[in-house]
Amino acid sequence: MLRRRKGSEPEKSSGGDSKDQREDGSKKEKEKEKGKLKSTRKWSCIDNCCWFVGCICSIWWFLLFLFNAMPASFPQYVTEAITGPLPDPPGVKLRKEGLTVNHPVVFVPGIVTGGLELWEGHQCADGLFRKRLWGGTFGEVYKRPLCWVEHMSLDNETGLDPPGIRIRPVSGLVAADYFAPGYFVWAVLIANLARIGYEEKTMYMAAYDWRISFQNTEVRDQSLSRIKSNIELMVATSGGKKVVVIPHSMGVLYFLHFMKWVEAPAPMGGGGGSGWCAKHIKAVMNIGGPFLGVPKAVSGLFSAEAKDIAVARGIAPGFLDADVFGLQTLQHVMRMTRTWDSTMSMLPKGGDTVWGDLDWSPEAEYSCNPKKQMNNDNKTADQTEKGSLGLKNSVNYGRIISFGKDVAEAHSSRIERLDFRGAVKGKNFANTTCRDIWTEYDDMGIGGVQAVVDYKSYTADSILDLLHFVAPKMMSRGDAHFSYGIADNLDDPKYKHYKYWSNPLETKLPNAPDMEIYSMYGVGIPTERAYVYKLIPGAECYIPFQIDTSADGSSKDTCLKGGVFSVDGDETVPVLSAGFMCAKGWRGKTRFNPSGMQTYIREYDHAPPANLLEGRGTQSGAHVDIMGNFALIEDIIRVAAGAKGKDLGGDRVYSDIFKWSEKINLKL
Amino acid sequence: MASILRFRKLCYVEPVKCSSLGFESFETPKIEKKDDEGAVKAVESTVGEKQKKKSSKRQPREWRCMDYCCLTVGYMCTAWWLLLFLYHCLPAALPGFQVPEAPGARLRREGLTALHPVVLVPGIVTGGLELWEGRPCSEGLFRKRLWGGSFTEIFKRPLCWLEHLTLHNKTGLDPPGIRVRAVPGLVAADYFAPGYFVWAVLIENLARIGYEGKNLYMAAYDWRLSFQNTEIRDQALSRLKSKIELMFVTNGNKKVVVVPHSMGVIYFFHFLKWVESPPPMGGGGGQGWCAKHIKVIMNIGPAFLGVPKAVSNIFSAEGKDVAFVRSMAPGVLDSEILGLQTLEHVMRVCRTWDSIISLIPKGGETIWGNLDWSPEEGYNCDLAKKRYAQPSLLDSNDTNSDGKMEFQIKESVRYGRIISFGKATSQLPSSQLPNLGSKDFLRTSNPTKFNSLCSEVWTEYDEMSRDGIRKIAENKAYTARTFLDLLRFVAPKMMQRAEAQFSHGIADNLDDPKYAHYKYWSNPLEAKLPDAPDMEIYCLYGVGLPTERSYVYKLSPTDRCKSIPFRIDSSAEGSDGGCLKGGVYFVDGDESVPVLSAGFMCAKGWKGRTRFNPSGIATYIREYRHKPPASLFEGRGLESGAHVDIMGNVALIEDVLRVAAGATGAEMGGDRIYSDIMRMSDRINLRL
Repeated sequence: MLRRRKGSEPEKSSGGDSKDQREDGSKKEKEKEKGKLKSTRKWSCIDNCCWFVGCICSIWWFLLFLFNAMPASFPQYVTEAITGPLPDPPGVKLRKEGLTVNHPVVFVPGIVTGGLELWEGHQCADGLFRKRLWGGTFGEVYKRPLCWVEHMSLDNETGLDPPGIRIRPVSGLVAADYFAPGYFVWAVLIANLARIGYEEKTMYMAAYDWRISFQNTEVRDQSLSRIKSNIELMVATSGGKKVVVIPHSMGVLYFLHFMKWVEAPAPMGGGGGSGWCAKHIKAVMNIGGPFLGVPKAVSGLFSAEAKDIAVARGIAPGFLDADVFGLQTLQHVMRMTRTWDSTMSMLPKGGDTVWGDLDWSPEAEYSCNPKKQMNNDNKTADQTEKGSLGLKNSVNYGRIISFGKDVAEAHSSRIERLDFRGAVKGKNFANTTCRDIWTEYDDMGIGGVQAVVDYKSYTADSILDLLHFVAPKMMSRGDAHFSYGIADNLDDPKYKHYKYWSNPLETKLPNAPDMEIYSMYGVGIPTERAYVYKLIPGAECYIPFQIDTSADGSSKDTCLKGGVFSVDGDETVPVLSAGFMCAKGWRGKTRFNPSGMQTYIREYDHAPPANLLEGRGTQSGAHVDIMGNFALIEDIIRVAAGAKGKDLGGDRVYSDIFKWSEKINLKL
Repeated sequence: MASILRFRKLCYVEPVKCSSLGFESFETPKIEKKDDEGAVKAVESTVGEKQKKKSSKRQPREWRCMDYCCLTVGYMCTAWWLLLFLYHCLPAALPGFQVPEAPGARLRREGLTALHPVVLVPGIVTGGLELWEGRPCSEGLFRKRLWGGSFTEIFKRPLCWLEHLTLHNKTGLDPPGIRVRAVPGLVAADYFAPGYFVWAVLIENLARIGYEGKNLYMAAYDWRLSFQNTEIRDQALSRLKSKIELMFVTNGNKKVVVVPHSMGVIYFFHFLKWVESPPPMGGGGGQGWCAKHIKVIMNIGPAFLGVPKAVSNIFSAEGKDVAFVRSMAPGVLDSEILGLQTLEHVMRVCRTWDSIISLIPKGGETIWGNLDWSPEEGYNCDLAKKRYAQPSLLDSNDTNSDGKMEFQIKESVRYGRIISFGKATSQLPSSQLPNLGSKDFLRTSNPTKFNSLCSEVWTEYDEMSRDGIRKIAENKAYTARTFLDLLRFVAPKMMQRAEAQFSHGIADNLDDPKYAHYKYWSNPLEAKLPDAPDMEIYCLYGVGLPTERSYVYKLSPTDRCKSIPFRIDSSAEGSDGGCLKGGVYFVDGDESVPVLSAGFMCAKGWKGRTRFNPSGIATYIREYRHKPPASLFEGRGLESGAHVDIMGNVALIEDVLRVAAGATGAEMGGDRIYSDIMRMSDRINLRL
C-alpha cells in the first residue's frame, strides 16, 4: 500500500514538467499498443475546450436538476438546523391571533423602486415594446446604454415625454413588488398581508411614473384620478371600510399631494370635495417618509453623486471619470436625472428654520460614534454625552454644502464669502470639445464655477439659490411644480396652487379628525446630512464639483467620513425629515393640522442581519430593507385589520427626534 | 488554452490523489486490497497516459464514455452559445427578409390616433390564474401562475396542481384554504404561454396608434367561475364598471370600445344586463349607462349560442383532439399503469368550473336543429373551399339548386343530433330511432348502487348504475334540448349548481319579471340588449375551418369503475368528402365556434329592431376567411381564421383599430360575409 502511494507521487511531480511531450507520447503509445483501434483521436485544442465546457455544463445541469427536485421547504430546514427555529412571519403569527382582512390597503411606491416599461420608442429600442426599461434585470443598460439613457430622459423644457418616446409605469402589484429579481420592495409585505386574507381586490399598488412631477402624473397619465377611482371602488366593494394607505419614500410626498389634490376643485384638483379623505381614508402609514426632503437629493442634483459614488471614486480614482470608453457615466447620469422633476420634490424643505443655518442645526449635539449604545441603552449614556459636548466642537450640519473641510468646521465669522448670485457666467470657450453630453455646467464658464466656490458654504436656503444658479433651466421647471418654503399664512389664496401641495409646511392636512397618520422609519444607520465639496480644476467637460472624499474627521468618533457628514437615520432619510412633522409639526391641533388628527411615530432600530441566511434581515432599518422588517409589517397588518394607533402602543421612539424637534422654532 | 489543458490534467490526476489519500487514511487490511487494486487500476488507467513515457507497462489512456459524453455536450453547448450570440448580434430586421408592416404602423401613417378607450375582455382558458393561498403542497408558489405561463407545475406536482384549480363542488367557489385568483392587468392574457400570443399582437398594434395603460384595460376575471360569482367573490363586474367610468372621464368623455373574445363575449353580455340592473343583484348603473359609456362592442369569435365542443367536454372530457390521440395510441389515455387517470381527473376538475356550462348550446332545437332538421344541412364539407373561391354572384345562383340537388341525392348530415350512439344512429331517419323519450329514462333509474371502490377520483358517473348507462346509450340520439336532460341525469349535482347560474332556453315573453334574474343575463335569447340606439355591435369571426358540430359516441369497452363510460367513436368515418371524421361531424366555423353560434344574433336575432334588440342597435358581421400561414416565418399566420389565432389576423386588427380611432360600422363597409350564415339564419324559425 505504502509503496503504491509513494509510486504515484513522483509521477505526479514529474507530471508538471513536460505535459506536451507526454501528451505526444501518449498518442504514440496508443497507436503502438492499441493497433485495433480504427482511428485514434487526437486531443486537439478544440476538443479540450469542448470537453471542459461539457463538464461544466453537465455539472451545472445536474445541480439544476437537484435544485429543482429538491422539496421547496428544504432551504428552510437547513436554515432552521443552523439558526434554530425561525420566528413565524408576522402574517402567520397574526393569523393565528385571529386577524383577518378588514380595511383595503393602498401601496404608494417611492422614487426609483417602481417599474417603467416602454410603449413607444425610437429605432434603437426595437423589440422592447412593453418590456421593462427600469426595474427587472436592467439588461438593456448593458446592451445599449445610450439608447437606454435617451429613452429614460424626459424633455428638458416640459418635463414630459420627449417626442416619439412613451415610457409608462408598470401597473398592478408587479410594479414594485420586486425591484430586481430577488431584491424585494413590497413583496414581503404583500405576502404577509395575503396570509391574513388579502388579495388583489383588497390591495392596490398606486403605481405612477416617478420621474415626472406629481401634478404631471395627473396631466399625462391621470394617475391621481386612477388612485381616487380605485380607492372609491375599494371602499364601495368592501362594504364601506376605509382604506389604509401605505406610502413609502417619495410616495409619502406623492400621497400628501394626492390628499390636497383630491379635495381641491375640479380643473386643478380632483373635485372630491372636502371630506373625501375623512370618508375614504382610515390611516396613512408613511414608511421612511422624506417629508422635509433629503440632503441626498442635493448632492444628486449638484454633482450626480452620493456617498456610494464618492466611495467608489475614493477607491478607484479616475475610473468613473474616465473618458477612455467614451462613457462619461456621471455626465450621462446627471443629464438624465436632471430631466426628472420628481428629484426636486426631495430637496430639503423649510430652509434654515428646519435644517439649520451656518452655526446652528437641530442635530448639532448628535454624536456619531456611541450611537449604538445611545440607541439601545438608557438615558445615562446620553447624559455623559452631554458632558463631553463642551469639549468637542459640534458639527455644523446646517452647512449642507461646504467647499473644503476647514470651511465645514470653521466658525461662521471666520468664513469669508463672496456672493455668487450676481456673478457673470462666462461663455464656455471649450464647449465644442465637450462631446455631445450637455449638462448645464457647460453654460457656466469658469467665472461662474469660481463664484460658486467663493461662497464657501451653503445652508438649506442658499442651496436653492445655488441650484438656481448652476441649473437655471431645471430649477425653472421645478419651481412650477414644487416649493420649499414655510407658509406664514396658510389661508393665503396662493397656497391653492398645486406646487405647494407636496410641502407639508405649506399645506394643511385635510379635515379628517378620525384619520391617523403614522411616521414609520428606521434609525441607527449613519445617513448623509451635509457634504464637503471640492473644485475639480480645469475640467470643463466634467462636472466641476466633486465630493471631497479625502475629508475625514480627525478623531475616530467623528461624523465626517469621506466628505460626508452623517447623522442618525435610515441611510437615506435623516430622522429629522422623517419624524419632525409627526413629532411636532402635526402633533395635536396645529395650523398645519387644523382638525387635530392623531399622529404616531414608530421607529425601528436597525439590527443588521445575523447571518447570510437571513438575507436582508428581518429587523433592518435601512430605507428599503425596512419593508421586510417584521415589526413594521406587524404594525401595518394590525392597523389594516382594524387596530388604532393606541392599540399599537402609541409612539415608539429610539432616536432624539423629540429633542431635536423642540429645538426647531416653527410657528404652529 | 494552456490553463484549460492544465485543468484537465488536474482532473485526471485528482482521482489518484484521492485514492491514495483514501488508502492512507483507511489503513485497509489486505483482504480489501485486491478489490481496491482493481478500482484503482481503472482510475489509473486514465492517468496512465501521463506516465507512459517511462512506464510502458501501464495501459495507455483511453477515451471513456464519460469523456465522449462531455465532449458531445460541450460541442452542443458551444454551438448553441455561438448561435445564440449570433442571433443577438443580428440586426432586428434582416435585409432581404421583409417583415410585413404591422397594421398599426400603416394606420398611423394614415393619421389614425387613439381616440376611444379600449376594453379587452379575455375568454375562457386564455386568462392567467395565480395562487394567493394554498395547501402545503403548493409551497413557494405564492403569486405564481398556476394557469398560463409555462405550466411547469403540472409536471412537478400534478395532483397538487389539480387540487388547487378545482373549485368547490357544491358552491362553485373556492374550496376552503385555497385562493386562486385571476392575474390582473394586460399581462393576464397577452401571452397564454411564452411565445403563444393571445392579445399581445392587438395590444402592440393599438400602442402604435397611441394607446397605453391609461386608455387600454384588460378586464381579467376568473374564467372558472360563473359570471355572477366573479362579482360575488372578486367584485370583477364592479371593477369593470368603475374602470370604464374612469376611462370615460379621464379620456375626455369618449365612450369605450369593448373587444371581448370567445367566452368573454357572453361575459360582457352578462355585464351589460348587470350594470343597468338595480343594486343587490345588479350594478345599479341605471338605464342609459351603456348608452352613455359604450360606443361599440366588437365581439371576436363570439360564442353567443354556445359551442358543441362544450357538450363533449362535459359529457366525456374529450374533444376532437383527444379522440384523435386515442385512436392513434389506444390505451395510453385510459391506462391506469401510472395511476394517472388523466381524463377522469380532467373531467372532475372541469365539472367544477361553472363557466363551461355557459357554453352549452343555447336555444334548443329551434336553433340547433332537431332529430331530422338542422339549419346547416346542405352544408357541403368538401366543396366548402371551392365555393369560397367563387365570386358571390355565381354563388347565389347555383348553391341553392346545387344544395338542393345534393340534398336529394346524398343523405344530408343530421347536425341536430348533437350526440348519437353509433354511426348508424346518426344517419337513420328519426322514424327508425327507438322511441324512448328522454323523460323516460329519467324516471326509470335512480342511482342505487354507489360504488365505494371508485371513490378516489370522483366523477358523477361513479354514482350511476350500469343500467342507467345502458339506457342512455339505448336512447340513441340527443338534440340540443334532450342533451340538457341527459346532463341532468348523468351529472345531477353539477347541473343543479349550474342551472342556478345559467339558462339555455328561448324566452317567450322577455318582459316576464322572471327574466330579471341574473341567470338569464348571459343568454342572448333570454335577455334584451340595453337601450342604447347609438351603440354598435360587431360579430368578428373566422370561417373556413372545419368545426365540431355533433358527435358519434359509443360505450366504453371497459367495465372498470373509475372510467368514463362513454367516448367518442373515433372509428366512425364518413364517406369521401363527408363531414364525419373520427366520430365528429364538422361544419363551417373557426375551429371552435360554428358560424351559426357566432353569427346568428348579428345576422338575424338583433338585426334591425327586434324584441331582443328593442332600441335597434346596429349590428355588423365581419367574417375573416381562414388562410393557413404561407411560410414558417409567419408563425401562426397573418390571415388566420382560427379561434385564437384570429387575434393576429391583420384584417381584424385593422378593423378594431379603425373603430377605436372613431370609425363607424358604415364607414368600415358594413357586413363582410363569406359563409352561409344569412341563409342558415333564415332557416331558423325564431319569433323576433
